[in-house]
Amino acid sequence: MSVLDAAALTCIKRDRTLFEGLSFSVEAGELVYLRGPNGAGKTSLLRILTGLSHPDEGNVFFNQKNITSFPSEYNAQLLYLGHKSGINGALSALDNLSFWMAQHGVKQSPEVLFNVLATIGLVGLEDVPVRFLSAGQQRRVALSRLWLKKAQIWILDEPFTALDVSGIALLENAFNEHISQGGIVITTSHQALSPLAGNHRTFDLEYQW
Amino acid sequence: MWKWLHPYAKTEKAYRLCITLQPWFWSGALVCLFVGTVWGLAFAPQDYQQGDSFRIIYIHVPSAILSMGTYVAMAVAALVGMVWQWRTAYMAMIAMAPVGAVMTFIALFTGAAWGKPMWGAWWVWDARLTSELILLFLYIGVIALYGAFEDKQQGGKAAGVMALVGVVNIPIIHYSVEWWNTLHQGATISKFDNPSIAPEMLWPLLINLLGFAFFIGAVTTIRLRNEIVRRELHRPWVQALANTYYENKRT
Amino acid sequence: MVVALYKGIFKRDMSIAFQQKAELIQPLMFLLMVVTLFPLGVSPSPETLQRIGPGVIWIAAILSSLMAMERMFRDDFQDGAMEQYVLSGMPLPAVSVVKVAGHWLVSFVPLLMLSPLLAVFLNLTVDMYIALMLTLLLGTPLLSLIGAIAVGLTVGLQKGGLLLALLLIPVFIPLLIFATSAVDSAALQLPYYPQLAIIAAMLLLAVASAPFAIAYSLKVSQN
Repeated sequence: MSVLDAAALTCIKRDRTLFEGLSFSVEAGELVYLRGPNGAGKTSLLRILTGLSHPDEGNVFFNQKNITSFPSEYNAQLLYLGHKSGINGALSALDNLSFWMAQHGVKQSPEVLFNVLATIGLVGLEDVPVRFLSAGQQRRVALSRLWLKKAQIWILDEPFTALDVSGIALLENAFNEHISQGGIVITTSHQALSPLAGNHRTFDLEYQW
Repeated sequence: MWKWLHPYAKTEKAYRLCITLQPWFWSGALVCLFVGTVWGLAFAPQDYQQGDSFRIIYIHVPSAILSMGTYVAMAVAALVGMVWQWRTAYMAMIAMAPVGAVMTFIALFTGAAWGKPMWGAWWVWDARLTSELILLFLYIGVIALYGAFEDKQQGGKAAGVMALVGVVNIPIIHYSVEWWNTLHQGATISKFDNPSIAPEMLWPLLINLLGFAFFIGAVTTIRLRNEIVRRELHRPWVQALANTYYENKRT
Repeated sequence: MVVALYKGIFKRDMSIAFQQKAELIQPLMFLLMVVTLFPLGVSPSPETLQRIGPGVIWIAAILSSLMAMERMFRDDFQDGAMEQYVLSGMPLPAVSVVKVAGHWLVSFVPLLMLSPLLAVFLNLTVDMYIALMLTLLLGTPLLSLIGAIAVGLTVGLQKGGLLLALLLIPVFIPLLIFATSAVDSAALQLPYYPQLAIIAAMLLLAVASAPFAIAYSLKVSQN
């Protein structure tokens, strides 16, 4: 029984058809590595899978239920990190994450929050307004959500951007752990995934004129 | 009940419909406008109060009525696009917008021109003229919003929301401006008040109204065809169309 | 429990606003300067100022609010917080209402507090000032709610600022007419409940329908 199903998805942006009639299924414990040149429609596809964008045609199913009809069930099991970090520069990492957890119904004690920030390499920077952190550090703040919310499906758009070598290794290990526990990861990246990430299947999108 | 309309959600069907309708619209416009204008300008009896200068109503009134009518039609198209997700509905809305704006401008210009012989001023802040001016601003807003988007599908949806906000506001604006006018002008009768109009004067007016409506339809269908072709350039049917056009030009 | 969620959004917006105090003062300064232009450009005579005062204050309030309005959704849209709101499953109309309320508190309450100074500058009588306050109390939430719809549509655009003004000024004209008429009536010692009632009616219509329009606008910009 596949967990996530895409059925005949069609996406038209700026009057160009990015993809038409696209269908695929993802099972529990799968890491899907989405590849394609710039402008092929990877970000659009990911956003359609999360439900943020609506496809021109087609549907997305979570556990055989349409995500537009049962959004709350899907949202509870979904974690999306897009190009934009979702972090406000004026607030600190602690504040940003606390507010985010409150809205998504995630309950974690402050110790857990501090531990996660330590794991991700931000010891001592928890109270600083995020705009004073480097791009890589800001990316790490955004990524700490992966350790805070227990969600089955991770949809990540170019999560490796601005990360250094240790950050990349940390993230790939997280992928491996997540899929070995039955989770799903769908991600894009402009560099290949190393074996640290575990077994993955690639999915190629072509640029269509 | 509206099943027969559903094929026109597809751009190709809508394009063919425009081609079919165009000759009817143009001939209707030509006939009605010719008859109505000549009758109104030359043959209708003189008004006992205003003499010959009243004849401008044969241009002013149809354009004013249709400027409002086109805005309502735009809002209906926006609603159809929003509820049923028809691309052609949004394209029709944006095809109509500049036409309606020009109608509004004609209404303003002829209304002001009427003012000169009547009141000696090129512009008065009359309730109707002020409402028309605000309507022109609403049109310009919708057109500007659509133009600001690069993704025209997104732009259509955004412009649709503003068209609906505008259509809800039009009655509010209309009544508030009328009320404002009574506050500041006292009991002067609006020069556009025609309490009873003789049938000999009314018929050319109605014929011109129909003529202007056909004219708006004709220009809108041309603009809609252009919009469809511009947006659907990659479709095979458009490319086939372009090929036959160039072949015909060569022979 | 649900209330706590919305309080969270409100608290977040307030925290961010207090970090951006400089940005918040600018529209107020603009308002003050615009009002100052009128005695300088038209005439400082008390009778003239009293005659044009209500209109001047309301027009300046509308113009300065157009400058401040982009703040409502711009930051959240640009840094992706808006996406996370949509994914959190919280109903977008309700989220919009909380954000609009927060924006009103931060942008318009200072304006209300500045209004006595403006009334003194333009030689308004106490009766006129009371009417002005009432129209501002009822009318500025209307500006926020309807403005939010247009802000939602233009938040993704680069040069949204002037376009926002183009879209909103025609829609604000009825409010301007009734608000200034109420203050003018107060100047003549006439009752102005009808004007206030109409503004209140427009406000109620906006409260009922704007949240859904704002949510739809935000979704259009997201796509």
